[in-house]
Amino acid sequence: MTAVDITPGERKRQRAMVTPEGLELRLELASVGQRLGALIIDLMIIGAITLAAIIGLLLIASAAGRSAGELVLVVFLLGMFVLRNGYFLAYEMSAKAATPGKRVLGLRVAARDGGRLRFDAVFTRNALRELELFLPMSLMLAGPFSGGGVSGWIYLLGLIWCAVFVFLPVFNADRLRAGDLVAGTWVLRAPRQKLLRDMADDGALHRTDFDFTPAQLDVYGVKELQVLEQVLRTGDRSTVRAVADRIAAKIDYARGDAPDGEFLRAYYHGVRGRLESRLLMGKRRKDKFDAA
Amino acid sequence: MSELQLKSQRFRREREADWRRLEAIVDKAEKKSASALSDDEILAMPVLYRSALSSLSVARATSLDQGLIGYLESLAARAYFFVYGARSTPQEQLVAFFSRDWPGGVRGLWRETLIALAITVLGAAVAWWLIGTDSDWFFGFVDQALADGRDPTASRETLRATLYHDEGAEGLSAFSTWLFTHNAGVALLAFALGFAFGAPTIVLLLMNGAMLGAMLHVFFEKGLGFEFGGWLLIHGVTELFAIVLAGAAGMKIGWAVAFPGADSRLEALSRAGRTTGAAMVGVVLMLLLAGLLEGFGRQLIGSDVVRYAIAAATALLWGVYFYGPRPAKVPA
Repeated sequence: MTAVDITPGERKRQRAMVTPEGLELRLELASVGQRLGALIIDLMIIGAITLAAIIGLLLIASAAGRSAGELVLVVFLLGMFVLRNGYFLAYEMSAKAATPGKRVLGLRVAARDGGRLRFDAVFTRNALRELELFLPMSLMLAGPFSGGGVSGWIYLLGLIWCAVFVFLPVFNADRLRAGDLVAGTWVLRAPRQKLLRDMADDGALHRTDFDFTPAQLDVYGVKELQVLEQVLRTGDRSTVRAVADRIAAKIDYARGDAPDGEFLRAYYHGVRGRLESRLLMGKRRKDKFDAA
Repeated sequence: MSELQLKSQRFRREREADWRRLEAIVDKAEKKSASALSDDEILAMPVLYRSALSSLSVARATSLDQGLIGYLESLAARAYFFVYGARSTPQEQLVAFFSRDWPGGVRGLWRETLIALAITVLGAAVAWWLIGTDSDWFFGFVDQALADGRDPTASRETLRATLYHDEGAEGLSAFSTWLFTHNAGVALLAFALGFAFGAPTIVLLLMNGAMLGAMLHVFFEKGLGFEFGGWLLIHGVTELFAIVLAGAAGMKIGWAVAFPGADSRLEALSRAGRTTGAAMVGVVLMLLLAGLLEGFGRQLIGSDVVRYAIAAATALLWGVYFYGPRPAKVPA
């Protein structure tokens, strides 16, 4: 049953946004795990570029001699600054509004008010990354005793202080990090989805081979129909067989030696036609227990 | 066969081509950029988007095909972000930023800017006074590495030499680059720390002011005040102003968190974030300019008068740019 049903976790992350045309779009927030995954991918890319730059510039410096060393250092320092701050900025300003890490996971940044994503907002949310990510990281790397005169307790307080920001997304319903809070943005999961085949197309082919009475088609509701759709899409043979047997027994239909798949497709077509015609009358039968 | 076709199947068959076309356009725009679209595609886009939205609302009401509804939901959301997230060209954005957003953002911070300035001056005054009572205080305010021998124990000659050193011709540009990235980091931090009710920002500003006051005291003590002023202000007008602005932006954020007024904290915060964002982009640009002035201008220009002239010119430039009168709002 869970194959189609939205899990509670997903429902908690569903948000509605009303477009100017008056239609409610259902958006899904990215989970903390997805955000973290995207960040790790991005940091790995930045790290790889840094490493490549160091190696490349060292090679250039050694080839060109000492005179070029100065210039190489300037290029490196500026390059690192631009990379660290510009990477997120440039990618989130692009049409996809997502860094490569976010793209891999199907995430994108969007303005919370549904308006356009402005440059200031992207800048702000990434400026706060300094506080949420780079400050705790440098604090961790600095270690408790290298600071000279900084006691362990102060260090611990610093860690707690940073942890508040690092774990902020876990503690609010919209999974906002501090940068999102200030910039008025959030991160959504909006993956590309392909247009799948309509399972009723197959059903229509076999519909005439089977003869279902209205009572037999009225056994199930929308929820069961959607489970059946999922079963047909997956097409796992043993599941199809088990489901076909169950349905045939439940609706008391002697199907003889008709193949399981054909029987199920035809039945799906029949039930869907029946439920949809009721839908047109404004009646949505939720599931098999729904008397409507 | 045809009477076996469900209404939802017919519905899909009739509209599918339009959806596919919209999908292709959105794909293209996301993969390349909005400018890669042809005129026809740009014209077709809003029409197709609206028809996809209406398809979605019809499908939700009449179809029980999960695959179809899921597809339309995702397509409509992607198209929505494209249609309503469509930005002006980079050029227009750049013009808007320099002509409106940046000075507007800075002007909007005038109250916080005054406070941040006062805090910096306070820090400097306290440091000055404390070092006056006991010169050992200097080491409490100024980082040894940054002071680089410029402390109360140094002789007048050494101090004087640091103001006009020529040995910096080598390693000069790397130094200015380092200063820029360092200062930009500090400014971003001052801004970001504002999030915690602004308290850390105030501490940062105080420390910055104290360092300034300590340095001032050292040089004035030895009668090098005028020379130090030129050395400092040639880039300091821009740099200190930038840091004060960053602090001001941080305080604005902190104020919105602490006292959101009639809005919810979240709304107040994102509104403050929006107005300060542009000012912060500007701060980074100012620091870049300050780094250039510091690295090149200061090392290459030895004359105090010219240094003061440049300082005055930058002060005038920023003052007029940010706070000068400007024509009434141009229709956007």
